[in-house]
Amino acid sequence: MSLAELICPAGTPAALRTAVDAGADAVYCGFQDATNARNFPGLNFTPEELAASVAYAHDKGTKVLLALNTYPPAGKVDLWRQAADTGARLGVDAFIVADMGVADYIARTHPGIRLHLSVQAAASSPEAIRYYCENFGVKRVVLPRILTIPEIRQIKREIPCEIETFIFGNHGLMVEGRCSLTNYLTGQSTNMDGVCSPASEVDYARHADGSMSSQLAGFTIDCFGAEEKAGYPTICKGRYTAPHRPDGYYAFEEPISLNLSRLLPELIEAGVHAFKIEGRQRSKSYVRGVVRAFRAAVDDIKAGREAKIADLIALTEGQKQTQGAFETKKWR
Amino acid sequence: MAVKDMTKLTLGPIAYHWSAEARRDFYARIADEAPVDEVYLGEVICSKRAPFHEADLPATIERLERAGKTVIVSTLAEVMLKRERKATGDLAAMDAPEIEVNNAAGLYARGRRAHRIGPFLNAYNEATIAWMAGQGATHVCLPAELPGPAIAVAAQAARDLRLGVEVQVFGRAPLAVSARCYHARAHGRTKDNCQFVCENDADGMPLRTTDDRPILRVNGIQTQSESYVDLLPETERLVADGVTHLRLMPQAVDMVAVARVFRATLDRTLSVAEADVRLAALCGDTGLSNGFYHGTAGYRRIAMASAG
Repeated sequence: MSLAELICPAGTPAALRTAVDAGADAVYCGFQDATNARNFPGLNFTPEELAASVAYAHDKGTKVLLALNTYPPAGKVDLWRQAADTGARLGVDAFIVADMGVADYIARTHPGIRLHLSVQAAASSPEAIRYYCENFGVKRVVLPRILTIPEIRQIKREIPCEIETFIFGNHGLMVEGRCSLTNYLTGQSTNMDGVCSPASEVDYARHADGSMSSQLAGFTIDCFGAEEKAGYPTICKGRYTAPHRPDGYYAFEEPISLNLSRLLPELIEAGVHAFKIEGRQRSKSYVRGVVRAFRAAVDDIKAGREAKIADLIALTEGQKQTQGAFETKKWR
Repeated sequence: MAVKDMTKLTLGPIAYHWSAEARRDFYARIADEAPVDEVYLGEVICSKRAPFHEADLPATIERLERAGKTVIVSTLAEVMLKRERKATGDLAAMDAPEIEVNNAAGLYARGRRAHRIGPFLNAYNEATIAWMAGQGATHVCLPAELPGPAIAVAAQAARDLRLGVEVQVFGRAPLAVSARCYHARAHGRTKDNCQFVCENDADGMPLRTTDDRPILRVNGIQTQSESYVDLLPETERLVADGVTHLRLMPQAVDMVAVARVFRATLDRTLSVAEADVRLAALCGDTGLSNGFYHGTAGYRRIAMASAG
């Protein structure tokens, strides 16, 4: 059986301590700049904060994974190299990377520190994963959220590294690391700036009939009736019209979050080594609740007990949830 | 020889599900009439489409090479299924023509044998380009969203390594790929049961906001820009910055005429202002954009600063 490590989000030092105390096996975090894919205002760590956080986590036996998982535009590579050097100096346990230039630099400069391949690298076949393992010594791949469990089981047989999958949280629709939708509408890039549907570009417009529309950079992304709760305008969860869909429909996916708690035993059996909970932008109380519930579920499964899946389902109560691509090819 | 004379005009791979017949006619005309130097063939977006036109590939290659074009075959952007892994491996095993790799699975299969790097491989910077060159890359097509100053740095690095460096200057920008087919979804189907409904949209399926503003195009698993990228006004800058190849993406417009406009601009037989007027006329109602190049929202059209 796999170790079923729980990899938990740490958007702030306080969230990091909360995740550690709630039973995370590892936390992942980033610096306050474009070097990570959650470069949101008010989030992330200064080097000093990371130093204190590494000490706190290590004291409790929790690993710290540093996300350097964006793509440096030409001319700005040094920022990513410096972030790697700082992370190495502060004693992080692994780097999560996507860019080949960044991976090559770390493999040569900090060979003693583990490399994890970010979901942003979009490695979705055994050959692609082996490319990164053989060239950069990658020890773990975070799989894109587009594979079914039988496909994951098959990949596991053909690769020399550990597998990590997302199990809970925001459900991205596009292949990560291959999406420029935000840059097309806002001028801020997910790959280069670590930005996705930035809050600074969000607007909500109230109309005369009481309805509300959510907008990103002036583009209407969705609209809601007077009694409906208006959602956040993420481009790939927006409502649009098409020639065959004149009334508007969710062209890519409904506003929905990923919850694989029911599939946890099967994923463990398929050989998934680590489970990632999305949500570096979430509150401490969210992190505490989700990490505690998954900690209990994983411990139950490892001990051969029935996991209390109902507790995990309840975490997203009132929200739509999906098992995404993992359960069936019909999702595609 | 002036630098401008060395600049190559290329035609990217057809992103859409055009019929085999439409493709044959298209490439026959490209071979006879289009002033492009290099042509990329092959299915990049959806592995289900390939059986419709791959049998024609040898004849198309022969036809284009006979007309003096360099032919390159591009590999799939997304590789997940057995047939996609096999298709990528088969192309990577070819000795000729050249191949353009669009997924790390293709890099793995190709090893250190010479290859080109496609726009889906995220060659954003000089460090990555240097790594790729060390692994046998001879040419790199930069990501569509890379802004001008980064293009200049990347192009210089590529030239120092003796790599060709390419930028898309015309056509819808590739914005995203997914495992899910959005063409099938729009018609209430799944990818496995799509019945190739994408064949009805030769220039992608338009999405509009609910308040009726054009926004994106769906092409199977791919999402594209609504606007056509147009870097005609920027070509001189691109060439001066070291870009060696300018890529035109096939759209459902007169691509021979589009190629002639770009060629005439490169040859300075047509002013940029006049060329841009002609290009806009060829593109009908479709908006033109250059926002990515100028570091702003991709859909935007930034006017050139006056002479200087």
